Amino acid sequence: MAHQEGVPAGADDSGRVSLMNDPKARGLVFQALLIIAVIAMVYLGVSNAVANLARAGIASGFGFFSDRAGFDIGQTIIPYTNDSTYLRAFFVGLLNTMVVAVIGIFFATIIGFIVGLARLSKNYLVQKFATVYVETLRNIPLLLQLLFWYKAVLSILPSPREAARETGVEVAFSINNRGLYLPRVIAEDGSSLIFYALAVAIVAWFVIGRWAKKRQIDTGQQFPVFLTGLALVIVLPTLVFFVTGRPLSLEYASLQGFNMVGGWIIQPEFMALLLGLSLYTASFIAEIVRAGILAVSHGQTEAAFALGIRPNLTSRLVIVPQAMRVIIPPLTSQFLNLTKNSSLAVAIGYPDLVSVFGGTVLNQTGQAVEVISITMLVYLALSLMTSAFMNWFNSSVALVER
Amino acid sequence: MDNNSKSIAYVRTQESPTMAPPVSTGGVVGWLKENLFATPRDTVLTILTFLFLLWIVPPVVDWAFISAVWVGESREDCLAPGTGACWAFVEAKFGQFMYGRYPLEERWRVNLSGLLLIAGLVPIAIPSVPYKRENALYLLVAFPILAFILLTGQLGLEPVETPLWGGLLVTLVVAIVGIVVSFPLGILLALGRRSEMPIVKMFCIIFIEFWRGVPLITVLFMSSVMLPLFLPDGVSFDKLLRALIGVALFSSAYMAEVIRGGLQAIPKGQYEAANAMALTFWQGTRLVIMPQALKLVIPGIVNTFIGLFKDTSLVLIIGLFDLLGIVQQNMTDPNWISPATPATGFVFAAFVFFIFCFSMSRYSAYMERRLDTGHKR
Repeated sequence: MAHQEGVPAGADDSGRVSLMNDPKARGLVFQALLIIAVIAMVYLGVSNAVANLARAGIASGFGFFSDRAGFDIGQTIIPYTNDSTYLRAFFVGLLNTMVVAVIGIFFATIIGFIVGLARLSKNYLVQKFATVYVETLRNIPLLLQLLFWYKAVLSILPSPREAARETGVEVAFSINNRGLYLPRVIAEDGSSLIFYALAVAIVAWFVIGRWAKKRQIDTGQQFPVFLTGLALVIVLPTLVFFVTGRPLSLEYASLQGFNMVGGWIIQPEFMALLLGLSLYTASFIAEIVRAGILAVSHGQTEAAFALGIRPNLTSRLVIVPQAMRVIIPPLTSQFLNLTKNSSLAVAIGYPDLVSVFGGTVLNQTGQAVEVISITMLVYLALSLMTSAFMNWFNSSVALVER
Repeated sequence: MDNNSKSIAYVRTQESPTMAPPVSTGGVVGWLKENLFATPRDTVLTILTFLFLLWIVPPVVDWAFISAVWVGESREDCLAPGTGACWAFVEAKFGQFMYGRYPLEERWRVNLSGLLLIAGLVPIAIPSVPYKRENALYLLVAFPILAFILLTGQLGLEPVETPLWGGLLVTLVVAIVGIVVSFPLGILLALGRRSEMPIVKMFCIIFIEFWRGVPLITVLFMSSVMLPLFLPDGVSFDKLLRALIGVALFSSAYMAEVIRGGLQAIPKGQYEAANAMALTFWQGTRLVIMPQALKLVIPGIVNTFIGLFKDTSLVLIIGLFDLLGIVQQNMTDPNWISPATPATGFVFAAFVFFIFCFSMSRYSAYMERRLDTGHKR
């Protein structure tokens, strides 16, 4: 950069610089101009907006939040009726966005890691299959994939009646054009003990893990922590389940008239969004994982083999920890992308934040400025929170240098 | 020699014939053993993948080719049970998918603009062709003006309103305007973010992080619903222009980050050398820094463009008919409505998007290999 100390061009004999050529003075002028321009633009925009809103008779301010919403939402996590307020509708949409984002991130990460490893496999068929998956899915727009799943796959499934003709009236698992029907777990008295048992098992897993690590450092003896933990988590709640007299029961969906009743319904919109988001993002995560593993120098593998470490342990103890350092920063931005892309839900009618708040609420109140700014700020906040969390996680695996 | 052969009878006097390699290491069997059945785990994986392919490939091939309807006049031809893809639908609507409702007799103007674009793109994509600077100027300045005159109908040409535009034309217009505008804006923002002037730097950081933190769909909503409110009474932009403003602002933030990556990769010595030659900041940037930085980030720019190209499909949500939008609109045409139509239309649109994005990503990978002068194992 030209802002170096010393004698800039244009200095006269006395060593003094004319104000025109002094980088500091010019910088101040530039910045002052920028501030004036920004303020002028904001002022013009705001005054225009105030005049336009007044002319159109649109109220401003956030008072509308406490008004009655008056519309229904297809999927609600917190109680909501059309008598609820706009504020509650906003939270319903926000929660729906977060649910689909969290579940989508979970599946995308799993599929992405599997496909990324498959692309590095020496198995010809597996490797080619993974390559075709990645190249196809990441070169087709996500919106197109969502619409494809929703309109071309899920909505031409048989209707509940047709589906029931093949499977029988009461089924544990049914997929038709009304959604995916799974058995619902009904908790009766005493069932909370089962969850306590699960919590105890998980805590025990951690305690055993710490103990085993300490023992290995002290004595060198190893202990099968994972298998023990898994056994605890499965056996303990099951035991409590039978001891307390089986307080959990399953309710199956059954066909009554034209529709299915009971059971646990997953809406087709949600399924399409989840399928599209996780398969699409997984193709990007797969490439990140592949690049991360390839970035670990081959010498590391050779060094591990020279020490007599077996291939499986080599990848677990040597390759993966080093690859994670390369993988995590771009993985973070994929998680953010998935969260932001979940806003495409509006195209297939899944009631997420954009669809409920930026769509229905905006149309009903007409308060575009408030509604769209809030929507944007929410996504901004979600992005900043995700990246803050991932930065923390990243610093915990980062290379500690002298 | 003769003497030796008599005295030591068991020593060979000539080489024994070469034996064929073991069956298990060569030929088809060897390949199979090495690539598909190397370990028990590999064998299981191979069998599982093969079964999966067997489950998925034959129905897809059957749907797309064998039971597909290739010629037809209306939905009647695609209604028979067990019919696959209704390609007749794509054939009948192909003109719409490419040009939207652009008047038939004026479509040569779209084609000519496409040719002008190709004439600029092909030489700039081939590294050995000279005059890159002139070529880039043509693409960034001359071509947009020419295309604007041709497409909207200036200078005595029949005017064509933008609501008539559609299909691949709109997709390409949005993507290309986005990239052409975001390029200079992105350079300015990237320089601003590295500037030593605190207010300029802060302004650039806020601008970049804001646009990168929000989804494109909210940006499009903003530019289509909120932007008109901020304009003085009587001033109004058409829908396409509003979408273009949103897309350009959005992509300039991404472009700025790509270019910043290039700027960071330039060693400090280059900046100091530019200063030592008494070049001003802008001279140094233009003659020393940018040529090196931009060359480094060509793959990144292409990748941004791929992302932008895919994201153009979002404009259908604010009511523009890009390729995906027009395909979706035509699916509801009563003359063609059938169970096979949606899938057919989406697969066609996916194919077009795939062709564009895949070739661009191949090009980006090729440039990456060309520019990669690092160590290889």
